[in-house]
Amino acid sequence: MCGIIGLFLKNKALEPELGTMLSGMLSTMCDRGPDSAGFAIYGAGDSGHVKLTVRAMSPAYDFASLTTRLSEAIGSPVSVEIRDSHGVFTLPESAEQAARHFIESLDEDVKVVGSGTRMEIYKEVGRPDAVAKRFHLENMAGSHGIAHTRMATESAVTTDGAHPFSTGRDQCLVHNGSLSNHNALRRQLKRKGLSFETENDTEVAAGYLTWRISQGDSLGDALKHSLDDLDGFYTFVVGTEDGFGVLRDPIACKPAVMAETDDYVAFGSEYRALAGLPGIGKAHVWEPKPATVYFWERH
Amino acid sequence: MPTIDLEITSLREFNKMLHELAEGTNDTYFRVVNPRGRHAIAAGVDAPITVEIDGNAGYYCAGMNKRANIIINGSAGVGVAENMMSGRVHVKGDASASAGATGCGGLLVIDGNASSRCGISARGIDIVVKGSVGHMSAFMAQAGTLVVLGDTGDALGDSLYEARIFVRGKVNSLGSDCVEKQLREEHKEKLGKLLEDAGLAGEVDPSDFRRYGSGRTLYHFHMDNLEAY
Repeated sequence: MCGIIGLFLKNKALEPELGTMLSGMLSTMCDRGPDSAGFAIYGAGDSGHVKLTVRAMSPAYDFASLTTRLSEAIGSPVSVEIRDSHGVFTLPESAEQAARHFIESLDEDVKVVGSGTRMEIYKEVGRPDAVAKRFHLENMAGSHGIAHTRMATESAVTTDGAHPFSTGRDQCLVHNGSLSNHNALRRQLKRKGLSFETENDTEVAAGYLTWRISQGDSLGDALKHSLDDLDGFYTFVVGTEDGFGVLRDPIACKPAVMAETDDYVAFGSEYRALAGLPGIGKAHVWEPKPATVYFWERH
Repeated sequence: MPTIDLEITSLREFNKMLHELAEGTNDTYFRVVNPRGRHAIAAGVDAPITVEIDGNAGYYCAGMNKRANIIINGSAGVGVAENMMSGRVHVKGDASASAGATGCGGLLVIDGNASSRCGISARGIDIVVKGSVGHMSAFMAQAGTLVVLGDTGDALGDSLYEARIFVRGKVNSLGSDCVEKQLREEHKEKLGKLLEDAGLAGEVDPSDFRRYGSGRTLYHFHMDNLEAY
C-alpha cells in the first residue's frame, strides 16, 4: 500500500513550521505503511557548501569522532548535526568527492544516503510516527519536504529498503506502488555502470532517473521517459532543490490528492494527510491526472 | 436530529449506531461534522434516513448503501457509494476513482468531476456526473446508467455489457466494443427522468447528449477469438 506526502511552502513565514506540518501529515499515513518511514527536508544551505547525510546502523555510533577524522582526511573544516542514527555533515562543496571516498573506505557501518546544498534524508524501520519522533521532524524548518510510509511488498523491511531514495544532488524519490520490470531494468542499468544495494523496485526507479539525468535529461524529461520504460503501478513524488514533482502511471491505481492555497502546495496519498493543514477548508483540492508530470518550484 | 462529531464519536461507533437503527425510528436525520477524510463513513446503512456529511469524506463513503439519502458537502475519496443497492448519494464536490463501482441500484449524483473508473462494473446503479469523468469509466458495466454532462477520459465503456452511457461533452476515446448508438425518444425520456431526479429538471436538454452502448461483439464466446481467451 504505502503512503506518501509532500509539502511545498509558498509563504516563507511558514518555513519554521514545515517539520510540524509534515510530521502531522506523516502520522496520518501510519496505517498505509506501518513498517518503516523516511523523509527528505530541504532546509538551510549555501552554494559554497554541501550537506552529506550519513546513516549509521545505530544511534550509538560516534559521529563526533567521524567528524574529526573526516575533517583531517579532507583538510577542511566539517560541522555535523546529529539526529539519532543520522548525521548531517556540512563541508566545502569542493571536498564532496574526497569526503564520500573517505566514508566509503571506512570499515564501519555508515553510508552516505544523500547529498545536496539543502537536502537532508532520514529513514528508519518502525512505525512512522515513532520514526518522525526519533529524528525530531517536528522541530525541522525548511521550504519543502517529502515523506513516505512503507508497507513492503517487493523486498524486505530494512532501512535500506525505506524511502526516500536519492537520485542525485538535492534530489530524491518516494514511491507508492510496485514495478513489475525492475529486475530487467536493474540488469540493464548495472551494465551501464550503476550499482544497487537492495532488491527494491524503487531503488531501480531512482537509479533510472539518475541515469536519464546523467544522459542530459532534465528531471521533467526523465520522468516523462519513465512512462515508457517503467512497467507497473506507481505514484512518484520527487524532491528537488527548489520544489517537488508528481507523476502517476497511466492507469493511476495508486491514489493521489493535492491541495493548494496561497501558502502551500501539498500532496497526500489520501485526503486524511491534508486534513490537518491550516486553511484546508478553503484550499483548492484536486486529483493529479495520470501520465502527467507536475512540478511546483520556487522562483 | 443528532449531530455526530467524528473527532469525539468514533467512526465505528457511529456506523454501528446507523446499522442498529430500528425500523420506523424517529431519528431520520444525522449530521456528521469533522469527517477529515475518514474511510467508510456511513457505509452499510439500510434505513430510510438522511445522513449529511459536512466536509471531505475518505474511501468507500456510503458504500453498500440501501435506502438512505447520503449527502456529502465536500469531496469523496475512492469508491464512494460502491456497491450501492438503493437510495441516493449526493457528492457536492468531486469524487475520486471508482465512484459507484459495482453498484446494483439507487442514484449517485456528483456535482463536480469524478476521477477514473467511475461506474466500473456497475450492475444497475444510475450515476449522474455534472462535471467530467476520468479514464476507463463504465469499464465492464453490466446494467444501469452513466450520465456525464462534461467530458470523459480515455477508453470510455471498455468491454461494456448492457449499461447505458450518455455524454453531453467530448468523449476522449471509446474503449473496446463501446459504440455510439442512436439517441431515440425513449432514451431521451429515460434520460430526462434521470436528470430530473438529479435535480436538473429544465436545466439540461436530453437532446444535447450522445448515447453509447455495447457493440456486443466481445461478451459472447466466439470461435474466432479462441486464441485471445
